[in-house]
Amino acid sequence: MSISERTEQVRPSAGAGETLLEIKDLRIEGQSDERWHAIVKGVDLTLRRGEVLGLIGESGAGKSTIGLAAMGYARPGCRITGGSVRFDGMDLLKIGEEKRRALWGTRIAYVAQSAAASFNPAHKLIGQCVEASVGHRISGEDEAKRTAVDLFRRLRLPDADHIGYRYPHQVSGGQLQRAMTAMAMACRPDLIIFDEPTTALDVTTQIEVLAAIKNVVRQFHTAAIYISHDLAVVAQMADRVMVLRYGELVEEAPTREMLTNPQQPYTKSLWAVRSLRKEEEPGQDQILRVDTVDAAYGVLKVLHGVSIQVPRGRTVAVVGESGSGKSTLARVITGLLPPLSGSISFDGKPLTPRLRNRDKKLLQRIQMIYQMPDTALNPRRRVRDILGRPLEHHLGLTGSARHTRLLELLKMIELDERFLDRFPSELSGGQKQRICIARALAINPELIICDEVTSALDQLVAEEILKLLLRLQKELGVSYLYITHDLATVKAIADEIVVMHQGRVVESGSKTQVLTPPHHAYTELLLSSVPEMDPDWLDSLLARRGMPAAAT
Amino acid sequence: MSADPAEVVSTAAELVPQRWSALPAAWRALKRAPPSAWFGLIVIAIYFGFAILAPVIAPYGEAEIVGGAYDEWGGDYLLGTDQLGRDLLSRLIFGARNTIGIAVLTTSLSFTIGGVLGLFAAILGGWIDQLLARAVDILMAIPQLIFALMLLSIFGSSIINLILIIAVLDSTRVFRLTRAVAMNVVVLDFVEAARLQGEKLGWIMTREILPNILPPLVAEFGLRFCFVFLTIAALSFLGLGIQPPTADWGSMVRENATLINYGDVTPLLPAGCIALLTVAVNFVVDWFLHKTSGLRDEH
Repeated sequence: MSISERTEQVRPSAGAGETLLEIKDLRIEGQSDERWHAIVKGVDLTLRRGEVLGLIGESGAGKSTIGLAAMGYARPGCRITGGSVRFDGMDLLKIGEEKRRALWGTRIAYVAQSAAASFNPAHKLIGQCVEASVGHRISGEDEAKRTAVDLFRRLRLPDADHIGYRYPHQVSGGQLQRAMTAMAMACRPDLIIFDEPTTALDVTTQIEVLAAIKNVVRQFHTAAIYISHDLAVVAQMADRVMVLRYGELVEEAPTREMLTNPQQPYTKSLWAVRSLRKEEEPGQDQILRVDTVDAAYGVLKVLHGVSIQVPRGRTVAVVGESGSGKSTLARVITGLLPPLSGSISFDGKPLTPRLRNRDKKLLQRIQMIYQMPDTALNPRRRVRDILGRPLEHHLGLTGSARHTRLLELLKMIELDERFLDRFPSELSGGQKQRICIARALAINPELIICDEVTSALDQLVAEEILKLLLRLQKELGVSYLYITHDLATVKAIADEIVVMHQGRVVESGSKTQVLTPPHHAYTELLLSSVPEMDPDWLDSLLARRGMPAAAT
Repeated sequence: MSADPAEVVSTAAELVPQRWSALPAAWRALKRAPPSAWFGLIVIAIYFGFAILAPVIAPYGEAEIVGGAYDEWGGDYLLGTDQLGRDLLSRLIFGARNTIGIAVLTTSLSFTIGGVLGLFAAILGGWIDQLLARAVDILMAIPQLIFALMLLSIFGSSIINLILIIAVLDSTRVFRLTRAVAMNVVVLDFVEAARLQGEKLGWIMTREILPNILPPLVAEFGLRFCFVFLTIAALSFLGLGIQPPTADWGSMVRENATLINYGDVTPLLPAGCIALLTVAVNFVVDWFLHKTSGLRDEH
């Protein structure tokens, strides 16, 4: 029996408009430092059959917690303290664990942010996809497998008949995310909760997953809650949008209305983030020249004849999807990975290829800021030691001279003296990244390599960090080599752009040059893949590209 | 958090507030410790008290022959005498000193060797890592007790040899653990950042990596201490460990073993001392592991 036949049998009268999920005055508390404090403070939510609701907010806004609560589930360390969650007439908070379990997977499904972490690496994809329907005795194994293959095809996974017999590590991230959607769809649920399903993906892959999800949700007339911090993505998926902050509803409106006419100041500020622009300035002399560099990890060649130049006091953005070799380029410049051939010169003099042969003076002049501030700061050292060490090591500052410089640095990054004795775990993500910036700036470098420094941060925080970087560049005249996959960031910070694809530079030049047509084919793909704040963008793009979603 | 030091001038002054804040924190952690951990801590404290104050507490000398062989309990000799007429209680007390002393020394030495080499292997990688790891594999391929017996019969069973041989054999396990946990830290960005700053190997080892892998190492220290203790006792029981007339719990079990045949529990006393200390150390280690592993009981 195929899926469409079953649909008609099971739900002959399921039409849009009927309320499927109704959450009233939901209150959830979370535990930290052995105290309970409110995470969700009285949120109401209604969802009709076949409707897609977008939940937007920064991290800590309670989006995921609400998403899980819509299934009647509270994460370990959380408890639902009030309100009701009515799903198809049942109060999920009252019906008890057994009945909830019977609903999960069959009528309510969940798609997590990281499919790679959610699949069991020891089992084949198809086995995990049929688990719910076989386990809940909805269908036999053979039938469930046929359904799964059908879903793989609908989600446009390549080689749908056989891909299910691979293990999770044998398919790409985008394919895995689609396989997880297939798993959620397997029992034809009434409601699916998507928790940031494309956040971890490249823009070009994201499009395929978005298109696939949108397509299937539409075909099956499934209601969905789509959680994301990316407005443009939600704009493509949702019929209606709710903006959350600190566990409270800020604003709720149909998508189009929300995009064109946001009411609350907070919503407006979220919208404004995407419009940060920097006027490009032409550079004078080049501080860094990378000339036809090849590099490899063992036998795997990653960079093929890469040439870039960074003008003094300017920002060069290196753009490309994961695997394009942009981080490898940073490793080559820092000396962690000596190039196979080609040359690099810094400030007119050739740069020693190996890190261990470079002298201290040279190390001081090139600094690096990392993508994940959590791993870039030693969790067992205080801010005082983290920032103080380079001062001592390179500049020989001790005692009160060191302390003065520490205060000066904190002031530069808009933090104060109280932070000196904190451990990294006592700082927020944005504050940690500020400390990383201060560590790089501590010893007056000339070039800072920024490796995706804002991609792990919330949009508002990221904007603050970008503004800080721009201000510091103006004040100190430092040059940035800014590695990113996010074109909005590029527009905000770059003077020049280098586009990389599979280890090669496909296009480079000033910002306006690269961003105005005609583009190189890959640049075009990259640029057109960035979601725009237009609800019709995805559909029109797919129509333009003449395909529902390309197989990877 | 420590109180905000108003004027921090010298580096020495900076360190003070941190140390002050560490003590109450340790005390708070102790107050929340479960009864098993408290039991373990108290037992260990008593053992160390006996070990340090042995000459003061013990009624007779360590190798002093004071009575007849195998005297009964009570009277002048609280726990009777051994086969040569030495006071058993005194020998138990001195035994604490010898056995624990040697075990602490051996464990420290094995952690120094294994820890340093493990860190080297993790940080440097490449052929150094391979060389060290394979050498350790070879050492581990031979059963430890038999290997120790063999080496002791070759080099002679002096206390120095005993310590060195057990330390080296035991350091293989420490090496493996250190290397494994350090590997997870070495790949983190802050280690790379330190390298890019031109930090030396010693700094990266002691300041960047060691503080982050300390919890599992400390826990392992407790466990390995027990094993060393048992190894020494076993070797002494076999006659290749601590040599007479030095008092040692393992050899005391052997020397008095025959008494068991007559329904006398005396040989069980030194064995009980070993067992109690092992249990106590394990209780403390359990607590420490639980505290630092970051796993909290939910609900």
